[in-house]
Amino acid sequence: MEKPTFKLYQKKMPVLWWAKRLSHLHFILRELTSLSVGFFAVVGIFYLRALSKGAEAYESFLSILQSPVMIVAHLIAFSGLLFHSVTWLNLAPKAMKLKINDYKISGGWIVAGNYVAWLLLSLWMILIFIQ
Amino acid sequence: MSERISLEVFRYNPESDTGPEFQQYEVPLRKDWVILDALNHIKDQLDGTLSYRWSCRMGVCGSCGMMVNGKPVLTCATFLEKFMPGPVRVEPLENFPVIRDLVIDMSDFLEKLKTVKPWIIREEEPEPERELLQTPSQLADYTQYSMCINCMLCYAACPIIGLEPDFVGPAAIALAQRYNLDNRDQGNKERREALNQEHGMWQCTFVGDCSVVCPKNVDPAGAIQRYKVDTASHWWKNLLLPWGTDKH
Repeated sequence: MEKPTFKLYQKKMPVLWWAKRLSHLHFILRELTSLSVGFFAVVGIFYLRALSKGAEAYESFLSILQSPVMIVAHLIAFSGLLFHSVTWLNLAPKAMKLKINDYKISGGWIVAGNYVAWLLLSLWMILIFIQ
Repeated sequence: MSERISLEVFRYNPESDTGPEFQQYEVPLRKDWVILDALNHIKDQLDGTLSYRWSCRMGVCGSCGMMVNGKPVLTCATFLEKFMPGPVRVEPLENFPVIRDLVIDMSDFLEKLKTVKPWIIREEEPEPERELLQTPSQLADYTQYSMCINCMLCYAACPIIGLEPDFVGPAAIALAQRYNLDNRDQGNKERREALNQEHGMWQCTFVGDCSVVCPKNVDPAGAIQRYKVDTASHWWKNLLLPWGTDKH
């Protein structure tokens, strides 16, 4: 099809496009809260670094973690992490279509499977830390 | 029969206007009227200069898609009464250049559709002597994606299209999946080459609105995510088993 030669009107996308619709805000929050995942990954790396440097370094790292700023940062990051994980797991059936011998596994089962795996892994890690 | 509702209609005349403006029309509110009936009433009774597309008025042709109160809908399938007490704002589909009033330029969309080769591609020649067989289960694998009517509501709903106009877009990728998942097709590799690039499937960030607005429940968002998983697993297979003869 040939492009029209007359003047077309093109609306520009506003900078705050994501604030206009609830679904877009939800999406932006989902994307932004991936930073929480990054935050915990970085803390984990520093944790390992402190461990590798011996008891003294480990103790001082723990005292940093216990500071009010770090506790607040962890609480914010943890709530972001929960939002990210829940919204992400709920989307799993969109990307996964499972079929066993012509029998379609419903999306609900895929979501449930993800949550069970999440719960079991979390319990396993909690058990490791308790011991 | 005395009840009326007001419509604020987007008007743009490329020959005289520098920008769009909204024009208000009062139309009778009838229980059985959809937005398209109101537009037809305006065109027939109030203002013959109003331009918009429509054809089947039964949700099949996909030509009457517009933004109604900010949401992309088929105007033939959206009842006027739902918007009481009004006003109802009617605009052309978002993310498309406007030719005039409610008529958008779809040439870019049609070009994008072509890039995914939406037809059955067969490798071997000559043509098979009999029809290619398909079980009901194989048919069910792609039926959902074959329901697309090219109404472009998903393009109007997708913010990525607005931000990155070269993105191939939801309907085109869902259509590619319609053929990829068809057991008679062998064009998976060709389509992957077209869509595994900058403006292809990876530009989708999974906002998901395309599937929400789709009037035929095609679920383009699901099709794209599934395509990403297939493409990524294909990449891993090629990396780990480079000697494998994965033609498709």
